[in-house]
Parts: sequence; C-alpha cells; structure tokens
Amino acid sequence: MHPGLEHYLILSALIFSFGVYGMLTRRNLVAMLLCVELVLNAAALNFVAFHRFLFEGDPAGTVFPILIIAVAAAEAAVALAIVIALFRHRRNLDVRAADTLRG
Amino acid sequence: MTGSWFLDHLWLVPLLPFLGALLIALVLRPLTSPRVCSGAAIAAVSGSAVVGWGAAFAYFAHHTGETLVPWQTLWLAFTPSFAGNVGVIADDLSMLLVMVVTGVSLLVHIYSTGYLHGEGGYSRYFASLNLFTCSMLGLVLSVSILQIYVFWELVGVSSFLLIGYYWDKPSAVAACKKAFIVTRFADLGFLLGVLVLSAYAGGLDFAHLADPATIARLEGVTLLGTSALTLAAVLIYMGAAGKSAMFPLHIWLPDAMEGPTPVSALIHAATMVVAGVYLVARLFPIFSATPEGMTVVMVVGTFTSLFAAVIAVTQFDIKRVLAFSTLSQLGYMMLALGVARMESPLGYTASLFHLATHACFKALLFLGAGSVIHAVHTNDIREMGGLRRKMPITHATFLIACLAIAGVPGFSGFFSKDEILAAALHGGHPVVFSVALLVAGLTAFYMFRIYFMTFTGEPRDHHKFDHAHESPPSMWVPLAILAVPSVLLGFVPFGSFVYRGEVEHAGIDFAIAIPATLAGLAGIGLSALLYGRKSGAPAKVAASLGFVYRAIAAKFYFDEIYLFVTHRIIFRFVSAPLAWFDRRIVDGAMDLSAQASRLGGAYLRRMASGRLQTSLLLVSGGAGLLMLFLILAGQPLFIALSVAGYVAIAATVGRQIVLLLLGRTEPLKRITRD
Repeated sequence: MHPGLEHYLILSALIFSFGVYGMLTRRNLVAMLLCVELVLNAAALNFVAFHRFLFEGDPAGTVFPILIIAVAAAEAAVALAIVIALFRHRRNLDVRAADTLRG
Repeated sequence: MTGSWFLDHLWLVPLLPFLGALLIALVLRPLTSPRVCSGAAIAAVSGSAVVGWGAAFAYFAHHTGETLVPWQTLWLAFTPSFAGNVGVIADDLSMLLVMVVTGVSLLVHIYSTGYLHGEGGYSRYFASLNLFTCSMLGLVLSVSILQIYVFWELVGVSSFLLIGYYWDKPSAVAACKKAFIVTRFADLGFLLGVLVLSAYAGGLDFAHLADPATIARLEGVTLLGTSALTLAAVLIYMGAAGKSAMFPLHIWLPDAMEGPTPVSALIHAATMVVAGVYLVARLFPIFSATPEGMTVVMVVGTFTSLFAAVIAVTQFDIKRVLAFSTLSQLGYMMLALGVARMESPLGYTASLFHLATHACFKALLFLGAGSVIHAVHTNDIREMGGLRRKMPITHATFLIACLAIAGVPGFSGFFSKDEILAAALHGGHPVVFSVALLVAGLTAFYMFRIYFMTFTGEPRDHHKFDHAHESPPSMWVPLAILAVPSVLLGFVPFGSFVYRGEVEHAGIDFAIAIPATLAGLAGIGLSALLYGRKSGAPAKVAASLGFVYRAIAAKFYFDEIYLFVTHRIIFRFVSAPLAWFDRRIVDGAMDLSAQASRLGGAYLRRMASGRLQTSLLLVSGGAGLLMLFLILAGQPLFIALSVAGYVAIAATVGRQIVLLLLGRTEPLKRITRD
C-alpha cells in the first residue's frame, strides 16, 4: 500500500506536536532549539506533501521548503550565537533562570 | 488721513505706556536704579499725553461731531461677517477721556515720585502705573465692544496690582482681592450683555452697534420675556456699575483706599471708576432706545449718589470720605445719563462735563489728601487740624477743590452740576432733581467738614502737627496745575464739543442755579457752624441721632450683609456642595479610572513572568483564540465570549463605584509602583 496524503499530514501533525510539546516543556535552551527545527520541518513536510498530491507542477510547493531550510539555517546561526552568549553570561542554559524580562 | 500727525498716530497713545511698563518691568527694574524707572515711566506717559492732547486739539478744531477711526485691524474673525476689530477711535467721547486720562496720569506719575520716595517696590509701582495707563487708554479708544472688554479686564488687573501695592499689609491684600472679585463678578454681567448684544446685532464694532438701523432691528427682538435690547443694556450696565461702584456693587471702592493715595487719585477718582460712565455713554444710542434700561441707570445712579453722600458725612478717614464722595459723584454722572435720551441729550453732555470737572477736582482732592497724609502720617481727620499754617499750598489747592465740588458759582463744579440738575428737571424727573439738589447740599457739607477738621482750628495732635511740613515740589506742582482746571474748566463751552443729537441750550438757568447754589452754601454754612470752631456740637448731634447715626457710620452694615451672604449662605449652600461634588464625583471618577487601570494592570502583570515558555504558551493560546475568532465570528459562542468580557469590565468598574460610595477609594497620589 502506497502512503496517501493523509499519512503525510498525520506524520507532519505528529512532528509539529512533538516540536511544540518539546518547546513548552524542555528546560534546556539547545533542546528547545531542536524542537523549533522539528516544527519548521513539519511545516516543510506539509508543503512537499501538498505539492506531491494536489498541486504538482506549482513551483511554490518546492520553493517554500527550500526557503524554510534557509530560514532554519539562519535562525540556527543566530539562536546558537544567543545560546553561547547566554552560556558565557550565566554558566548554564536553563531557560527558567533567564527571566530578566519579568514584569 | 486726517490731516493731523497726532490723529494719524493716535495708536501711540496706549502703546507708549505699554512699552514703558514692559521696559521697566523687564529691563530697567533689574538693571538700573529706581530713579531711572520713574523717569522712564514719566517719559512714556508724557509722550502719550503729547500725542493724546495734540490729537484731541486737532479733533476738536477740525472734526467736531465726526467719528474717525485712524487705525484699526481685524483681530478675531469668528465668521467673515462677525468679526472683532482692534483699533483706535477718535470722537468727542474718546478724545475727552484721552485728555483726562493722560493729563491726570502724568500729574499722578510726577506726584508719585515725591509721595513714594524711598519706598520699597518703587519701580514695580511705576511699571504697574504705566500698565494701568495703557489699559485705560486702550479702553477709551476701543473701536469694538470686544476690545473694550479686553481692556476692561486689563484695567481691573492693574487696579488689583496697585491696590495691593502694600502687599505686606493684610488689609491691603484683602482690599485688592475684594475689588477684583466684586468687579469681576459684575463683569460676568458685562460679558453676558456683550454676548446678547453682539449675537442679536450681528457685529461687535461700535460703528455697527450704534447704527440706527441695527437698533431699529434689535427693538423688535424679544428674549426671556423682555426685549433683547433691554436685557443687553441691563447686563452691560451691571458691568458698568461694578467698575463705577454703583449700589449695590459699591463695597469695593472704600476699601480700595488701602492703595497708595496717588493711585486712589488716578484710578479711584479720575479714570477707572468713570469707565462705567464711559461705557454707558459709548453705548448711548442703545441705552437711549430702551427706556427701561435708562430707568435702571437713573434710579441706581440717583440712589447711589444719595446713599454714598449720607455715609460720607459720618466717616473720619479722609480718604474714605473722598471715596464715598466719588461714589456719590459717579451716581450723579449716571443719573445724568439716565435722564438723557437721543431726543433730549442734555444729560449726556452734562454727565461727561461733570466727568471732566470731577476728574480734575477729585484728583486734586485726593492728591491734596495724600499730601496731608504724607505730612502727618495718619488718615484720621480727628488727629489733624490747623494744618493751614504748615501747608499753605496744599491748603489753598484743597480749598479750591472743595469750593469746586461744593458747586460754588465760578468754580467748575458749579457749571457741570447745574447742567445735570437742568437735565434732570427738563427731562421730567422732579424727584431725581430734588434728590440731586439734596446731594449737592450734603456734598458741600461733608467736604467742608473734612476741610475744617484738617486745615483750620487748633491742632488736635501736637506731636503730629509739629512734624508736619509742606510737601516737596514734585507733589505741590501737580496740585497747583490741577487747581487751574478745577476753577476754569467750567467756562469751556462744553456743549459745543461733546454732544449727541441736537445741541440744546446749556446756559445758566437761574431757576436751577440759585437753589443749587443755596444748597451748596447751606452745606458749607452748616459745616462751618458745626466744625468751624471747636465745639461739642457734632458729638451732640451724633448722640441725638443714636441708632441712625451708628447705622450710617457702619455704612448701613453693607459689608456685614455681604459677609453674611457669602460666608453663611453661598459658602455653605453653594460652595460646600460644589466642593463635595468636585472631590467625590470629579476626582472620584479620575480615581476610578486610575484604579481600574491599576487593578487590570496588576492582574495582567502576572502573565509577564519573564519565562520564555510561559510567553510561548500565551502566544499559542492567542493563536488558538484567533482561530476561534475566525471560525466562530457571528456564532453564539463568540457573542457569549464578548459579553463575558464586557461583564468583566463592568464588574471592575462597579466594584470601584461601590468602594467610592463607601469612601474607601484610595486617592490618586497613593498609587505607586511597588
């Protein structure tokens, strides 16, 4: 049996949910960044799945995943720089400790 | 172009004292000596006087009877057809007042250099005096009722400053506040009158207001059950009565004597207090068209003239006697205006004639009294006496002024009073005529009472008498100058210069002149009998009158009545509820909104924990709500959510209102960030 569109969507939703769950629960900043990558890739998978099954030939379905990969790379570079700066500053990466913006 | 440099540059007349006041207050007072300040003030007023008198002579020589507007400009255009101009007007009325104001003001400036020599605040005094002169000149030269209102208030402010010159004396502070509040209260009526009049007449310029067509149109309009013209006239008269201290708004003028005596001479005898007379005269065509309004003017004027004359008889403070005398004479001018009509305008001329002569002899009386006070350092005539020998020039000029105000034939007051009496009798008001005649007698009596008590007989207080001396030339020269018009002004054929409508015959009518002269002489004679020699007669007369005398001496208890009305009635039943309303409702509403925001903020700030993941959860929750909004817009669930939001807001406000009513709200100032 070949996998259909719904299988890809279910997989994508699962990856997205894992990503969001991880973002909300993991205390380590690097782990949170990994979860962000999961969320982004879930979205990219959606694009590819829709392109393959419903809009074959439409360039948007291929351009957007590539764009997402590029954005993810840029985001990773910036976020890792922040992570390193934070680590140098505080000597740990627990996000609960970084609450300088408390109201 | 009017063919005269002075008339063309009439705008310099109010401008020069204004620049003088600015220069003294901002530059000369901090940087130079008081002498430079007074010199600059005198120079400014002299310039103003030269231009003013030059313009007046040019006007009366070539333009009598015309109304010229040498300069005006649009100031406030409410609508294109309803605009207020500022400018300078040249007609008989304004030119007369310019001569009086600049002349008396210049003499008072010179006199003040002697009177206030060496006192603190000397430069401030001259700056205020210049400001006053500017305001008064701006007032008399106004081309629109809006301009007159502005300068009217400026005059009030500068009068306030000058009455309160001795600001370290509590009585002077109270007096200046009293003068300001009472006249301000009257100006409320003036403002309403201006609004009514200009709204129905459709313009603010005097040229438009005094136009017979405008008045004819106004006569048909009714407002609040009376004619709009009458209503406007009575309201404007309220403002005039406040400035001219007509009964029952007279209470501020006697207290205003707390100011320096030259100020009393300038403001409270010759210029500011005649602003009311000027205003009625300026709007004479309007007042003339409303017999009811004119009756109010006449009755109030007649009553004030008698009322004040009776009080003046019992006072012992020399300046207060003169103040009540001023009230009485202002009543005279008002009653003369009140009996005049466009058809029989003798009273108009008579009133302004008396205004001019009164300005001379009353300023002279005040300056003479100032000279006496300067010499003996007291206001109380019971501590004076015999000063004739010590102060010959002051004595001679004071006597001339007394003779003038008493209406002795040959002196200026005789001619102007005679004209007022003639106007009253010919206008068909025998009661007014008899009261005016009685007042003439009373005037002569109380003026010679202070004359005899001050200058003749034996000195009552030898210590003060021994220190008395004639005043310096800067003080007696203005006295001597003022004495000249006090005698001679009566011989000016006034009726051919200042008039409205047809000029009437204004010669001496012996049927009037003889009783008037007799009344004056009787007053002088009675005064000489009672006060000419040392005797116990005045005390006996006072004792035999008992309660009546005490009531008159206490000014008919009017100050007490006003105090009772303000403190016991207005403060308690009007001000206290208003204060409660202000504190509880107005401030309460402010507290309510502040505390509602604060409460909301306190709840909201718990969400801003600074934790990355809490924020993330809220963002996700927000996105979820947004999705709900997109899916459910218009659905019952969404409406229920919105209603719940409003209920929450209403509940917060309601809670605060309950706290407010229980008096448990926190004042705004206690809200601090913790």
